[in-house]
Amino acid sequence: MEIFVCLKLVPNTQDTEVRIDSSKRDILKVRLSYTINEADDYALEAALQLKEKVGGQITVITVGEAQADEMLRMALAKGADQAIRLSDEVFTNFRYDPLTIAYLLAKAISQYKYDLILTGAIASDDGYSAVGPALAGFLKIPSAAYVTYLELIDNQRLKVSRELEGGLLENKELALPCVLSIQTGINKPRYASILGIKRASSKPLTVLNAGQLNVNQKDLKMFIDLVEMYYPEIVSKAQIISGNEEEISEKLALIIKEKVGL
Amino acid sequence: MILVVIEHQHGALKDINFELLTLAHKLARSRNEEVATVILGSNPVSFIDAVTSFVNKIFVIEDSNLENFNNYLYINYLSKLITEQKPNLILIGHTGQGIDFAPYLASSLNLPIITDIFDAEFSDDKILARRTMYGGKLNAKVLTSAIPAILTVRQGSFEKNLSPITSQAHVERLTLTVDSCELEKSKFLGYTEAPSTGIDITKADVIVAVGRGIKEEKNLALVEEFAQEIGGTLACTRPIIDAGWLPKDRQVGSSGKTVKPKLYIALGISGAFQHISGMKSSELIIAVNKDPEAPIFSVAHYGVVADLFKVLPALAAKIKELKKR
Ligand SMILES: Cc1cc2nc3c(=O)[nH]c(=O)nc-3n(C[C@H](O)[C@H](O)[C@H](O)COP(=O)(O)OP(=O)(O)OC[C@H]3O[C@@H](n4cnc5c(N)ncnc54)[C@H](O)[C@@H]3O)c2cc1C
Ligand SMILES: Nc1ncnc2c1ncn2[C@@H]1O[C@H](COP(=O)(O)O)[C@@H](O)[C@H]1O
Repeated sequence: MEIFVCLKLVPNTQDTEVRIDSSKRDILKVRLSYTINEADDYALEAALQLKEKVGGQITVITVGEAQADEMLRMALAKGADQAIRLSDEVFTNFRYDPLTIAYLLAKAISQYKYDLILTGAIASDDGYSAVGPALAGFLKIPSAAYVTYLELIDNQRLKVSRELEGGLLENKELALPCVLSIQTGINKPRYASILGIKRASSKPLTVLNAGQLNVNQKDLKMFIDLVEMYYPEIVSKAQIISGNEEEISEKLALIIKEKVGL
Repeated sequence: MILVVIEHQHGALKDINFELLTLAHKLARSRNEEVATVILGSNPVSFIDAVTSFVNKIFVIEDSNLENFNNYLYINYLSKLITEQKPNLILIGHTGQGIDFAPYLASSLNLPIITDIFDAEFSDDKILARRTMYGGKLNAKVLTSAIPAILTVRQGSFEKNLSPITSQAHVERLTLTVDSCELEKSKFLGYTEAPSTGIDITKADVIVAVGRGIKEEKNLALVEEFAQEIGGTLACTRPIIDAGWLPKDRQVGSSGKTVKPKLYIALGISGAFQHISGMKSSELIIAVNKDPEAPIFSVAHYGVVADLFKVLPALAAKIKELKKR
């Protein structure tokens, strides 16, 4: 089975302040660390488990700069077989356009044989949830978004569950090849082993530019672009309770007591 | 023409349809556009009645395979409809259904798409939309290169009660067909309800909810103890479920439960939209988070900017003391 997994490198912003830079079109990145997008880690694990079951080959692929190589190497260390990075100066203009990213991924993947393509359900930075299904549209193959369960029926069909509101699952059967966007929680992503990390350094990591993808500058269409970022209006109605722990807990305890009794 | 794609599940319309129509009305007024809707279903009569006074035109695509949502069928049918009718804007809910076909439709028709928007306007012959980034920490204005374009709209962004614009819309039934061989490629099998362990957090008066700020599974004991002390039920965000630390029926949010307790205490929860949408109607919300800019503070009534591991033990002791008095 030939499996492709689309990985995106994203800044760690959960526990830190996020500041807009002077261009207003990006965030200040100086003090941020970078990591594989959370959902993509689950997508990679799903691919690794499938490969363990039925054999085959896993290719991890990203559109990004050299900074992403470490993420790709980590995926190779976990058991992916080869890595591809799509990188060209012109691509960076399209970083906010999920359709162009999907188009580039489709261009690259269609140069190979593929049975299954996995993406994450959502990228933690832009949060479009669009690249996976859009990629399927460019390749004209079936797709399912927000997948929380997958099982191979035979080498041509797949059973999946996808998540809807309230945790309701939609179960369906898809023909291969297809694209699945994988939701967090579908499995338990593994850590790379020391041996895996050693092996990864000898696995191929190919960088492809526009020319090698047969992408002409003119073929690239800007579907959407980010105009500017801005801070959400402080709609905060929260009354901030300050003081030392003792004072804070005193006040909180009284609020709780008044509201629900004790 | 502004085209709204109607969403239904288990034979019922969702609120999102009316929210989409509110946005459609607003946009239509600004540019003198018609408002149309498309209903894909096996028995669309009641859906037609429900929306008929809010639109100028209703396209109906009836197919026995459309009783339940099927992204492949939606994509096939909607591609044909959009190519024929050429709407300037297509509005779709940013829901589990919507996201399963909207981006696909965009790439296969080569149309710009902006997903998960909470506001939009026409800007010359383009669409300018607003959406959040970085889990709600920032907002962004995003512009399409042209129209027609597709937008998926965040739930709860627009009013669902709206005024009629006509007495009865013009209904156009379309007879389109889809190759049965294509149908085999993407088959609906059925729905499964989320598993339950018997705890119903929607019935709790007091909820103590934890997020990723709890760091490790073993720290849950601390929170559980506190919850017991104040007679609260333990609930959590999705990452806690994903890690397997608590069962699925404890999850609050769009893909979990919607709760409205008297008191909701959020500990180490950032306040992503998908979480907030499940708890924002709680009577009283107290949030403890060490990040002063965490979006949770935009829905909380009382906020504490501090390390939960310092606040919680002190608070638990204080509660014990109060109870003894
Ligand atoms: C389709 C879809 C559906 C989803 N459905 C849901 C859903 O139903 N429910 C849900 O919750 N999520 C849902 N999510 C996920 C959601 O987008 C967020 O990722 C999630 O809510 C974040 O959970 P969190 O706040 O626990 O974690 P994080 O966002 O990582 O936040 C952790 C917070 O803890 C704080 N913190 C860390 N350490 C401490 C400390 N010592 N003291 C105090 N504070 C601390 C940090 O400042 C941070 O704000 C869904 C996502 C998608 C794409
Ligand atoms: N630059 C990229 N390179 C590779 N994959 C990507 C890229 N951007 C998005 N993806 C994939 O698409 C998923 C959804 O991203 P998004 O549509 O931006 O929310 C991510 O989880 C990735 O799997």
